[in-house]
Amino acid sequence: MYPSEFDYERAETVDHALELLSGDPEAKIISGGHSLIPMMKSGLANPGTLVDIGEIDELTGIEWDDDTVSVGALTTYATIADDDELWDELPVLAEAAHEVGDIQVRNRGTIGGNVAHGDPASDLPAAVLAADATVVVQGPDGERRIDVDDFFLGMYATELGEDEILTGLEFPRSENATTTGAYVKKPSPSSGYALVGVAVSLEVDDGRIESARVAANGIMDHGVRLEPVEDGLVGESLDDVSFEDVAAVADEDLEEFMMMDDIQASAEFRAQLLKVYTEEALNDAVDRLDASLPTA
Amino acid sequence: MTEHDIEITVNGTDHEMTVDSRTLLVHALRDQLGYTGPNVGCESSMCGACTIHLDGEAVKSCTVLAVQADGSDVTTVGDFADRDSLHPIQESFSEEHGLQCGYCTPGMIMTTSELLERNPDPNEEEIREALEGNLCRCTGYQNIVKAVESAAEKMRTTATAEGDD
Ligand SMILES: Cc1cc2nc3c(=O)[nH]c(=O)nc-3n(C[C@H](O)[C@H](O)[C@H](O)COP(=O)(O)OP(=O)(O)OC[C@H]3O[C@@H](n4cnc5c(N)ncnc54)[C@H](O)[C@@H]3O)c2cc1C
Ligand code: FES
Ligand code: FES
Repeated sequence: MYPSEFDYERAETVDHALELLSGDPEAKIISGGHSLIPMMKSGLANPGTLVDIGEIDELTGIEWDDDTVSVGALTTYATIADDDELWDELPVLAEAAHEVGDIQVRNRGTIGGNVAHGDPASDLPAAVLAADATVVVQGPDGERRIDVDDFFLGMYATELGEDEILTGLEFPRSENATTTGAYVKKPSPSSGYALVGVAVSLEVDDGRIESARVAANGIMDHGVRLEPVEDGLVGESLDDVSFEDVAAVADEDLEEFMMMDDIQASAEFRAQLLKVYTEEALNDAVDRLDASLPTA
Repeated sequence: MTEHDIEITVNGTDHEMTVDSRTLLVHALRDQLGYTGPNVGCESSMCGACTIHLDGEAVKSCTVLAVQADGSDVTTVGDFADRDSLHPIQESFSEEHGLQCGYCTPGMIMTTSELLERNPDPNEEEIREALEGNLCRCTGYQNIVKAVESAAEKMRTTATAEGDD
C-alpha cells in the first residue's frame, strides 16, 4: 500500500512552513502522520505536497505560567500521558492522551494533529472542549486565538484555514478551586477509536461544584459540549448530587439527525452509551478528587 | 521534489540513500538497506509487526515516511542479534514459548524493550496494555505475557547485580 506520488518539503520554522503552504492549494501539513499517512494509503487524501512541520522544535513541549498551561502542537500523546503535573492539574487531557490508540501511536501522534484533523471519533476533541482550551493558530496574517467552543464545526471540519498552522493549545489554570477531571471511552472493538468518549472537567470548592465542563466525541459529527449535564452539576454539593440523574439528560440538546449512526453502532445505542459513560466519567473525576485530598 | 537524499543511522551504522517521498520507512529498511527485522503484516498500522525504535521510541515503520526519518536513529530487532549471547528478552520468548510462527516476534520484542526501559517491573495488566498495538495470530498472548514477565525479572536481576559491582 503506497500513497500516490507527492512532493515533500521539510519546514525549518513556522514562517517557513507558512511560506510553503501559501499559494499552493494542494499542499498539506504533516505532523505525526498517523491520520494522514493511512488516509493517503487508502486514497482518501491526495495532497500534492506535504509540508513536514515535525522537526520544528518551538512547537513541542509543555509550559506552565501563573494562569495558563501551554501545550505545543507537536507534543506527542506519550509526552502528555507521561506528565505527572498534567495528571495533577489537567487530568482530563492526560487521561484522553493515554486512551489514544496504542503505545506506538502515542509515541508518534500529536495533540495538534489530532485537534486539527477534526475526526469525530478521536479522543482529544472532547478533552480540549472540557478543558476550556484556546486554540492558537498562525496564518499569513499573523496569530489567531480561537475559543475551543468555536473550533470544531463538523466531520473533519474545523475553524482552521487551509493556509493556517495550529501552533498550540492553552488551558486556563484555576485559581482558588480544586480542578478534577476524567476521560472515559467505549472503544470500537476493531479500530480502538471512540464509539463514544466523555470528558469531564470540574472545579470544586468546599464540596460544591463551582463550574463544570462536560463534552463528548464519537456521538455527533464533531466534539460537542453537553450543556444540560453541565447545568445539572453547577452549584450542587458533591454529597447530594446524583450523577445518574444528571447523566440521564446527556443527549437532550443533541440534534438526532447529526448523530453518528453506522455499521459499528446505531445512533440509539450511542445515545445510551453516552449516558452511561457520562455517569462513569463524573464518578471517576470525583474519585480522583478524593484520592488527591490529603488524608487526615 | 519527489526524490530525496537522506541519512539515517540503523543499529549504529550510518547510511546515505535516495528515497521517493512516498517510500515507507519499513520498505526503505527492508528493500533498500536489507534490514529485514521489521516485518510487514498489515501495512496499515494495525498489527505492529513492523515496530522499530525511532530515536529511541517504538513506532510502526509502515506509518512513517522514510523521508520523515531523515537524520534519525533507527533500531531494529537485528540489533539484538549482533551479540554473543541472546538478550534476556529473546531468551525469555524462547523459554516461555512466546512465539510459534515468529512473524509478530520482531515487533513484540521492540515494544517489550521500550516497555521494560520505562517500567522495569510491569504487572500483567501493564504488559497487556503495552502490547495492545502488536497482534499475534498464533500464541493467544498468554505465553507472550509470561515471556515479558520473565525477561523483566532477568533484567532487574542483572541491573541489581551491576549496581552491586
Ligand atoms: C492504529 C491507529 C490507532 C489510532 N487510534 C486512535 C484513537 O484511539 N484515538 C484517537 O484520537 N486517535 C487515534 N488515532 C489517530 C492518531 O491519534 C493521529 O495521530 C491523529 O489523529 C492525528 O495526529 P498526527 O499528528 O498524526 O497528524 P497528521 O496525520 O500528521 O495530520 C492529520 C491532519 O491534520 C493536519 N495537521 C496536522 N498537524 C497540523 C497542524 N499543527 N496545523 C494544521 N494542520 C495540521 C494535517 O494536514 C492532516 O490533515 C489512531 C491512529 C492509528 C494509526
Ligand atoms: S505492518 Fe505496520 S502495523 Fe502492520
Ligand atoms: S507467533 Fe505467529 S503471529 Fe505471533
